[in-house]
Amino acid sequence: MRTATETPLLAVDDLHVEFRTRAGVVKAVNGVSYSLNAGETLAVLGESGSGKSVTAQAVMGILDTPPAAVTGGQIRFKGTDLLQLSEEARTRIRGEGIAMIFQDALSALNPVFTVGWQISEMFRVHRGMSKRDAMKKAVELMDRVRIPAARERVNDYPHQFSGGMRQRIMIAMAIALDPELLIADEPTTALDVTVQAQIMELLAELRRESGMALILITHDLGVVADVADRIAVMYGGRIVEHAPVHDLYRSPAHPYTRGLLESIPRVDLKGRELHAIAGMPPSPLDLPGGCAFHPRCPYRRAACASDVPPLYQVGWTRGSACHYWREVLDAGRR
Amino acid sequence: MGRYAIRRLLQAVPVLLGSTLLIFLIVFALPGDPIVSLGGDRRPSPSVVEVLTEQYHLDEPLLVQYWHYIGGVLFRADLGSTYQGVPVADLLASTFQVTLRLTLMALAIEAVVGVGLGVWAALRRGKAVDTMILAATLVLVSVPTLVTGFVLQLVLGVKLKQWTGLDVFPVSGVGDGLRGYILPAFVLAGLSIAYLARLARTSLAEVLRADYIRTAVAKGMPRGRVITRHALRNALIPVVTYLGADVGTLMGGAVITEGIFNLPGLGNLLFRGVYERQQPVVVGVVTLLVLVYIVCNLIVDMLYAVLDPRIRYE
Repeated sequence: MRTATETPLLAVDDLHVEFRTRAGVVKAVNGVSYSLNAGETLAVLGESGSGKSVTAQAVMGILDTPPAAVTGGQIRFKGTDLLQLSEEARTRIRGEGIAMIFQDALSALNPVFTVGWQISEMFRVHRGMSKRDAMKKAVELMDRVRIPAARERVNDYPHQFSGGMRQRIMIAMAIALDPELLIADEPTTALDVTVQAQIMELLAELRRESGMALILITHDLGVVADVADRIAVMYGGRIVEHAPVHDLYRSPAHPYTRGLLESIPRVDLKGRELHAIAGMPPSPLDLPGGCAFHPRCPYRRAACASDVPPLYQVGWTRGSACHYWREVLDAGRR
Repeated sequence: MGRYAIRRLLQAVPVLLGSTLLIFLIVFALPGDPIVSLGGDRRPSPSVVEVLTEQYHLDEPLLVQYWHYIGGVLFRADLGSTYQGVPVADLLASTFQVTLRLTLMALAIEAVVGVGLGVWAALRRGKAVDTMILAATLVLVSVPTLVTGFVLQLVLGVKLKQWTGLDVFPVSGVGDGLRGYILPAFVLAGLSIAYLARLARTSLAEVLRADYIRTAVAKGMPRGRVITRHALRNALIPVVTYLGADVGTLMGGAVITEGIFNLPGLGNLLFRGVYERQQPVVVGVVTLLVLVYIVCNLIVDMLYAVLDPRIRYE
């Protein structure tokens, strides 16, 4: 699928992001690299504070600077480093090339404008369409994300819709200009389980139809399995493991991933104590030295506290940032 | 919404009646005989006092006096007259337009300067401009209107003319058309400018942190559009409601400003009315102010529903 000569759609290379707060410098992202080809779906998995959303916001260029600052690395979109572009050039790429949807659609939609106005704004501002034509396009889009009675509801306000419908409106807005990359930042976290499935299905379908690439940020392992091609697991502002989705589920090569997979409640083990990763996620203000996961890791040795593990190549297609990845991999196979 | 407005206006009727009674009682409780003091230093002859006292029912019990007054207002649309015989309705008509001009000009100044400063500060949060605006507004709220009034009158009204020979701001009176209102309007608006600037600053700064602003940026909207359309439309909701409610406050505050600049407005009329114990005048002016207040509040509530689609009145 991937050839060495092909330029990836998006390549994040050794990205560093800091937040300068009164309490000190928070190193939110510490050397994240990933790449994504056209049409591919990458899931970025991690708990709160792992840096997964911050990485996405850096790609989108919507970090609040200050307090945030990108202190190193490159973000290449179709070969161009976005970090070197002027603000005007980046504004043009947002919405046209890369679009984003957010966790809480109610607060992410402007309460004082109708949903039709907010969707059609994409066409009016980016394409210079007339109000009437842009509204027609908005209705088409609302149909496309399967909002019932789109024509009647186009002049309703966000608060008049249900949570699932609001997220559909966000999606309609994001896909309006056929972006090549859609970043979905926990798109289903705020929704009911049944609605979650519908939204994921819609995203998968739209992706198939349009051939856009998708970065799916989530902390929900269940959401990922059906949709993603590859998974990147983040911890303490780093990618600790990346792998094709089935390899990762079958045999994790990092103790953290392994812990996550074991934490999923299983019906066949009903009645037994739920497994949890020991300890608490580290404060990004004060990350442990060496491997950030070592205080919670069942595999830890002396070296883990002092040496930051590089992302070791595990086979052709995957990587693990654990000094003892072989052991973890073997333990999983047994 | 129409039904809501009508209900609110009906609610205003007992409020207005109550306020007339209250003011009537307060003026009644003031010491001194208004008829006797009509003559100034020279006591009027006892027969004159007797005739006038009877003519204005001043020898009758309090509630009967009130009945004479309110009966005239309700059944004959007669607001009474001063003890010199000038109809209160005429006085209100001539002074109200002066105060209205002053208030509207102050409101315009307040809106432009206050919102302007607030928005400027919010967009430069934490920078020198922001700190300066915050400090300046703090000074403005701390200095009484009496001080700002007399200082501005002296510096811009008197000294400016002496120094430059230019007659920019009249020292007092309304002889020069609207020009005479500029300085008093600034003085009247001073306090409100400070409050409004701070309100606009806080409101916009908060909105700029909202998720939907991040969405607008992520949609690829230019920064100018994000601020003017997406942010200001939300941030100005509390600002507009404050402005509406402030009309009543400004009219009330005009008493001092009109005094300083000697403008023949409601405030001046009220002051003289209280001084001379002219019962119908005081009741008329205060009730008019209460009415303005009620109507402004109603308009503000209606405006609120127009500006924020999440609010509906049934």
